[in-house]
Amino acid sequence: MSESVLAPVQATFRAVAETVVPEAASLRPEAWRELEAVVESALASRPETMRRQFVLFLRLIEYLPLVRHFRRFSHLSADRRTTVLHGLESSRHLLMRRGFWGVRTLVFMGYYTRDDVQGALGYRAHPNGWSARRTTGEMRAAAAEPFGEELRDA
Amino acid sequence: MLTREYDIVIIGSGAGGGTVAQELAPMVAQGVRILVLEQGARLEEHEYTGRELDMSAALYEDGGGFLTADGTMTLAFGRAYGGSTVVYTGTTLIAPDRVIREWCVPGLDHADIERRSRKFMAQNDVHFLPRVLLNDNNKLFVTGCARLGARAEQFPLNLRGCKGSSLCNLGCPNAAKMGTHRVQLPNAERQGVEVVTRAEALRVEERLVVARVHAARPGEKGGDSTWPPGDYHISARMVIACGGSIGTSALLLRSDATKSIRRLGERFTCHPAHILVAEHEREITNDVGHPKSYYLDRAEHEGYVLETCMYFPFITAKNLTGFGADHSTLMRAFPRLQMILVLACDKAVPGNRITVDATGKAVVHYRFTPAVIRSLVSATRMSARIFFAAGARCVHAPSADPPLIERERAYRLDDLIVEEHFLPGRISISAAHLMGGCAMGPEGSGVTDSRGRVYGVPWLRVADSSLFPDSVEVNPYQTVMALADRVAEGIRDDWTK
Ligand SMILES: Cc1cc2nc3c(=O)[nH]c(=O)nc-3n(C[C@H](O)[C@H](O)[C@H](O)COP(=O)(O)OP(=O)(O)OC[C@H]3O[C@@H](n4cnc5c(N)ncnc54)[C@H](O)[C@@H]3O)c2cc1C
Ligand code: SF4
Repeated sequence: MSESVLAPVQATFRAVAETVVPEAASLRPEAWRELEAVVESALASRPETMRRQFVLFLRLIEYLPLVRHFRRFSHLSADRRTTVLHGLESSRHLLMRRGFWGVRTLVFMGYYTRDDVQGALGYRAHPNGWSARRTTGEMRAAAAEPFGEELRDA
Repeated sequence: MLTREYDIVIIGSGAGGGTVAQELAPMVAQGVRILVLEQGARLEEHEYTGRELDMSAALYEDGGGFLTADGTMTLAFGRAYGGSTVVYTGTTLIAPDRVIREWCVPGLDHADIERRSRKFMAQNDVHFLPRVLLNDNNKLFVTGCARLGARAEQFPLNLRGCKGSSLCNLGCPNAAKMGTHRVQLPNAERQGVEVVTRAEALRVEERLVVARVHAARPGEKGGDSTWPPGDYHISARMVIACGGSIGTSALLLRSDATKSIRRLGERFTCHPAHILVAEHEREITNDVGHPKSYYLDRAEHEGYVLETCMYFPFITAKNLTGFGADHSTLMRAFPRLQMILVLACDKAVPGNRITVDATGKAVVHYRFTPAVIRSLVSATRMSARIFFAAGARCVHAPSADPPLIERERAYRLDDLIVEEHFLPGRISISAAHLMGGCAMGPEGSGVTDSRGRVYGVPWLRVADSSLFPDSVEVNPYQTVMALADRVAEGIRDDWTK
């Protein structure tokens, strides 16, 4: 079993995740574990240097607010956290923007690939495609619907 | 070290490798031993589940998250039996005459590319989808374009029995997309070409390929390789590199026998792209139906192409700029979302190139030129107009700040969507049309001639997208096949000499 990358920065990661996707705040402990497992597995397939940069960046996020807000990131209010992350997202320094982009991408990966989340969004793609959605009658009606041709030649 | 002996070894099984394998396959009957090495796995039918996380991990290099050196662009390319054709969308266009002329490759003309493309279009059942199978996402694009006086064109698609699951980029669960894994590779295997999966070419030496066969990891999709895991020395009279733009360039750059070839890794282009999203008042059919049926070609004069598209929740979330409540609100509107992919027709420039790191892994250096930024920004404005003309209530434009533009502000698009807000690292940019690295051209400026013969290396050919000396400005796979067909013809001719 490989060592957890997230464990030493878990509180920061969760605070960032809840800021990036506010709905994550209502995830049950089991769902958090699953989300983190997805992130761990994505990180495991990346080079060691990238894993180290990820941890370093989360530490930076944790301590950066001490300068302006006198509190660590995980102890800030939701609004303040958003301000801090907006600062990173639009930073003048590419390194900061790209670091935040990477963390945000991993949060989205952990959250939006969940079946329950995809279902709640109304995402319904199914291998059976149209036949999982339309009855034969609906298919016939769709075939008869006028569509853009008259507009296309306008 | 295990040893094997063949006459021809093809490295990679995508659009290029699959085509070469099929076109050389008749030589097997004359006693020529042909091997295809593919580093990816061969999936069983039931393993195509359409699940975003599993399929990306199984079918893409780095799970689809390969980043350029400065981390500002994601490059998507396949790693499987069939290469990127397993995950492509199947849009099939012939390279424009104008582009082939601009490439200026001695011996290559448009009529030849067109003739070969048509051969594969027939072989791959390329046709237009009947309108009953078009979803609202595509229809709204056509309507929006028409209301602006622009003409959207329908994509010819290489499908057989498409059910409209919209999952093309996760590997078709209905075996409907006619990639090389469905057509050319099985044809080649029927004629006696051997295909070995999970077999990574580590390097090439003179008339030799050093390869490593990997064991399947527990729980990993795809069967075991037909060869036992281990390192192999495979001798061959001829080696054909078909690892794709990045795979082939990296392989040749990390091989002592080839790393000094002039211009290797240069002329990399990729059609950098944005995914744009708009929200409608009502639900539309978007995650059902073939995702990419129409396009608007503004390549020649404005340097961009717009295509319909539909992505999965994670990819969509990643491609929206921003985070927090606004981002979540848009994600929760998923059933009301319309999407357009904007692609810039980038030009090969010095500096945009492929190199390898100390471990031999590919590193892609790419900077967005002012022309590319201009194209992406004006393509975004045009897309926003199309969305609004089609009735959208708001549009998400990455190069606007804030990115969400409500209908009431639509009259200000030119002020809101501006180059100043195109901030790499903040906005998501991705590319799936990877080209160049072993460009065809005259000796001295090209790596190969127009038949993929590598200058100065008589035992080596290239037959994949790395041959493109510049971007093709349309979806590239058909041109890759046409070029691979030329390379195969050249090999057949040379073999008898
Ligand atoms: C998501 C997506 C959608 C696309 N949609 C379209 C579309 O609709 N229309 C279109 O025209 N184009 C599309 N494309 C682009 C098209 O798929 C590619 O241009 C085309 O497949 C490139 O062909 P290729 O042979 O150069 O490389 P690939 O098809 O990528 O094949 C290269 C193969 O070589 C293997 N390989 C690499 N290095 C090694 C090595 N060292 N040892 C062994 N094997 C190796 C790789 O694993 C891979 O399987 C799409 C691409 C993607 C990723
Ligand atoms: S839309 Fe058609 S081609 Fe694409 S994955 Fe679904 S069935 Fe396959």
